[in-house]
Amino acid sequence: MSSDWFRLILGLLIALGFSQLNALFLVWLERKVAGHIQLRPGPMEVGPHGLLQTIADGVKLVGKELILPFKADRKLFFLAPVLVFTPVLVGFLVLPFGQNMIIRDMNLGVLLIFGFSTITVLAILAGGWASNNKYALLGAVRSVAQNIAYEIPLLLSVMSVVLMVNSLSFSEIVNSQKTVWFIFLQPLAGLIYLISATAETNRAPFDIPEAESELVAGFHTEYSGMGFGLFFLAEYTNMFIVCAVATSLFFGGWQGLFGINLGIPGVFWFLFKTYALIFIIMWVRWTFPRVRFDQLMNFAWKVMIPLSLVNLVITAIVLKFV
Amino acid sequence: MSYFKEIYYGGLSLIEGLIVTGRRLFQPLVTVQYPRKKIPLSSAFRGHIELKIFEDSGTHKCIVCMSCEKNCPSGVISVQGVKQKEKGPKTLTDYVIDFSKCSLCGICVEICPTATLQYSREYELVGVTQADCRFDLLARLKKQVEQKEYEKNKQGKAA
Repeated sequence: MSSDWFRLILGLLIALGFSQLNALFLVWLERKVAGHIQLRPGPMEVGPHGLLQTIADGVKLVGKELILPFKADRKLFFLAPVLVFTPVLVGFLVLPFGQNMIIRDMNLGVLLIFGFSTITVLAILAGGWASNNKYALLGAVRSVAQNIAYEIPLLLSVMSVVLMVNSLSFSEIVNSQKTVWFIFLQPLAGLIYLISATAETNRAPFDIPEAESELVAGFHTEYSGMGFGLFFLAEYTNMFIVCAVATSLFFGGWQGLFGINLGIPGVFWFLFKTYALIFIIMWVRWTFPRVRFDQLMNFAWKVMIPLSLVNLVITAIVLKFV
Repeated sequence: MSYFKEIYYGGLSLIEGLIVTGRRLFQPLVTVQYPRKKIPLSSAFRGHIELKIFEDSGTHKCIVCMSCEKNCPSGVISVQGVKQKEKGPKTLTDYVIDFSKCSLCGICVEICPTATLQYSREYELVGVTQADCRFDLLARLKKQVEQKEYEKNKQGKAA
């Protein structure tokens, strides 16, 4: 029992440290990708190729005053940034980084991650509502509508993988992809998962909850200092988790392609694939314009949900008769 | 059937967009890291005016005819000179321009009878007061001449 607790606490500490480092790196990467796509170099001044820029930004954010807007809901306002970070930490509990590098191998890992990820929406709604600002509220309301719409295809596409493995445990899902990744067996589900995941993490082209050209900054308009910093941190850590889940569900987790491992440890396979997916999501952000709200909803309800439902039914039928 | 057609062609156009930006990742950057790297100035670049140094005399050829001062539409230039001898030529004692008013029209350069005025290649000009925009061209010329001499000596020593 005590070794179990030790493992849990140590794992959570590592997860905390890793999520900070990951966010620092991803913010830098995002700015670099954005720059190079627009033929600019991105951050260059602080550190080699601007690598330390995010640390400087973080120090600046910590030093800033936390401003409470007039007539705002004080408790909820300060609770929201903390709340947005909890599901992110819980997600690290069940992520399979390697063969035995999983903090707690639960048999309901997939369910746990997707169950807790809904708290993010709650935190966004709380933050937007408590700010007493129309832009923040509009952003929060949009976020809720968007997340409800996109959670359905997301879960349906995950369901078709779960049906194939007959388990909700991450390590079992990864183990059953030893020879063939599920992206080759379930290409549609994989695509739907990636698109919905982009929408779930409120990233462009689905970033209407924070649409800066219409809503200032959306739900975090009124946040300053580390309140804003935590939302930022959660966004990038969420991105990592979503891509890590995609890696484990569709891209073989810590396994190499077609069982060829090349002698590289599983963790590096896992991290490499995850960061490749994150790069694709960044690439998408700096390529496509933001969709309108009705286009977003139409796309979810008229394209994504029917297609993922059909995919799930076909998977079930094939599994029944094969 | 148009439903699937739309998805198909929509998806294709999205991939095409990704290829466009993906190619951008490997193209050379257009940003010049300014204080460390500089682009060569165009030969048509117009800085503020300066007195030209002629090789034969090693100094300017201003005869204090006042054409530049009289023809300047903005009253930028003020030239002063004195006569050394009673019926001799004037020599330049003071040539000051107020660059904050200059419109770089170039009339002074064109009108100069001895062609002793030219555009400088100076563009890193910073000032916080009006006085910072007043340039004493004669003092500037003196400095340039000294600099030239210094470099010449240095080269001579090295050789």
